Amino acid sequence: MNAAVPLHISDLTVAYHRKPVLWDVNIALPEGKLVGLVGPNGSGKSTLLKSVLGLVPRSSGRILVYGKPATRNRALVGYVPQRETVDWDFPVSALDVVVMGLYREIGWCVPVRRRQKEKALAALETVGLAEYAHRQISQLSGGQQQRVFLARALVQDARLYLMDEPFAGVDAATEQAIIALLLELRAAGRTVLVVHHDIQTVPTYFDHVVLLNMRVVAQGPTEDVFTEENLRRTYGGKLTLLSDAAEALARRGAQRG
Amino acid sequence: MQWMALDTWIVVVGALCAMSCALLGNYLVLRRMSMMGDAISHAVLPGLAAAYLLTGSRDSVTMFAGAAVVGVLTALLVQGLYRLGRLEEGAAMGVVFTSLFALGLILLRQAADHVDLDPGCVLYGAVELSPLDTIRLWGWDVPRAAIVNGATLACNALFVLLFYKELRLSSFDPALATALGINAQVMHYLLMTLVAATAVAAFESVGSILVIAMLIVPPATAYLLTRRLGVMIGLSLVLAALSALLGHLSAITVPGWFGFSDTSTAAMMAVAAGAIFSVACFAKSCYAWGRRGIERMSFSLRSVGEDVLAALYRRREAGDEAPVSAGALRAALARPGWTALALWDLARRRAVTRLPGGYALTPAGLRQAEELVRSHRLWETFLVNIAGQSPADAHGSAMRVEHVIDAAMQSELARQTGFPELDPHAKPIPRGSSSGGEP
Repeated sequence: MNAAVPLHISDLTVAYHRKPVLWDVNIALPEGKLVGLVGPNGSGKSTLLKSVLGLVPRSSGRILVYGKPATRNRALVGYVPQRETVDWDFPVSALDVVVMGLYREIGWCVPVRRRQKEKALAALETVGLAEYAHRQISQLSGGQQQRVFLARALVQDARLYLMDEPFAGVDAATEQAIIALLLELRAAGRTVLVVHHDIQTVPTYFDHVVLLNMRVVAQGPTEDVFTEENLRRTYGGKLTLLSDAAEALARRGAQRG
Repeated sequence: MQWMALDTWIVVVGALCAMSCALLGNYLVLRRMSMMGDAISHAVLPGLAAAYLLTGSRDSVTMFAGAAVVGVLTALLVQGLYRLGRLEEGAAMGVVFTSLFALGLILLRQAADHVDLDPGCVLYGAVELSPLDTIRLWGWDVPRAAIVNGATLACNALFVLLFYKELRLSSFDPALATALGINAQVMHYLLMTLVAATAVAAFESVGSILVIAMLIVPPATAYLLTRRLGVMIGLSLVLAALSALLGHLSAITVPGWFGFSDTSTAAMMAVAAGAIFSVACFAKSCYAWGRRGIERMSFSLRSVGEDVLAALYRRREAGDEAPVSAGALRAALARPGWTALALWDLARRRAVTRLPGGYALTPAGLRQAEELVRSHRLWETFLVNIAGQSPADAHGSAMRVEHVIDAAMQSELARQTGFPELDPHAKPIPRGSSSGGEP
């Protein structure tokens, strides 16, 4: 397979409780681009990221990161989770969270050393949070919390970044900080796949878009793909036929099995 | 009260057992699966019974093996019911551990004819008798229970120390852990196995009631008091040991006050842990309550001080630059309480100075007063021009709101009201230093 493609997904199908969430998804991302992953609620955006990380079982399909199965090239993938999924009362400081991005580098059973702490602190500085390093994470504002997780992704020093709605519910300052960071990552030749909700800002933020609603409606450079027609196809109308067909298939499979 | 070597050993055994439970309990509490401790410590019973019935031996290795198998089985069954049966996790645990516990009781009754494994002992333990069963170790007579529980504690401590980082990550963010190649599921089952083994080690000496209590209560208390993981773990260990000591002390003294002989030490240790939790909870609420009170008081003091500054400013504006006596100031204020304290505070911050005839604004105090009066008059203007209130009502509102308007709000007010020069009462609005002014 082509080792220059950051993320190559072919024929990916994921189902929860027999209900398909992703259906025959094919995606190939170009390297060094900011890619927006856009689609309505429940269109499988987060599931797509999770399946790349190997966090959800997939019914079929193949996911390649730089030409190798995603699970074997995990070191190349950085991940920023959705803010709602984090337990903010957990006793960790901002610095602790960022250091977590370096656990692979540190290795099993070895304590965190000063060098890694310094690296994490530098990342916190990049996102403008150096003075909050020792705060427990629930004592940070929503935007600051988001930036802590960005810093964690930064120290992972990945080549492909997956971000689950980093712009959701953040203040203007954080939004600017995230944009600056994204541009910096792109300048360094990294590829970033961002789940994004706000259609208005897609053309200004992203070079490339993937429109998703259970299956890929369209993908390509923003100016070609981000059209009203494609958006209507992504957001308009429930894809009842598709999910009916998939459910019927699943039922048949169940009877046979 | 008479303290003997026996009592020391009882406390030592209780403390070792409490600490080994509390150590693992931290992770149960943090993973929001506290009930899992309850579930596993009940569910190991059939494991013990089955191990005995299968091998006919009652030695520690067999018992540990049986418990470990059932511990993992419990965790697997709970996960399975949760996934397949789409049962809520708490309900899944309830189903699994009650069934297994009951099964264990039945098996025990079968075995009871030829063995001294009895259900009562499993529940309450016999920590009082533990010092009698000793092993000679380096010339010392050490209770077997102390050795078993000490070894468990050492095992658990080793596990937590070695996998400190991995446990923290897989508890906090299983997704990232898995993405980094630390299998969160494996860590989960490892933890559950240790919980089961710890429960078995503790059973004989202290019984399952204390195990359940010590798995949860000391870590929960520590969680109330700190937001640092290392401190939380350390604190939970100290609290666990303290519960054992206090528990035994009360077990031999408290019943005496009511004319009874002593009571179950293990149960008293659990009660002590609960009491410590209540005290911590109460102390924390008191602290929060006291801090809120102090904050409210300091805000009141600041507000009165600002009212004083504004009153001095208004006199000056009216052309009266003579110093004002404290009595006259008190008369001019809407809320005259604490005026003396506020004046002392203002003088300390060099916002006012004390002159022969009374108080006067310093240059710094004047600037602060201008900001305040600017906020006040801008707010009035906003209420009258934009919100459509009458100028008479606006003053009262502005007296309260002026204390909370910060620089950003002030410039926003100025922008929305179109950078006015005069307020609704035709008084000039001070320009202010930070507000920048007009576009």
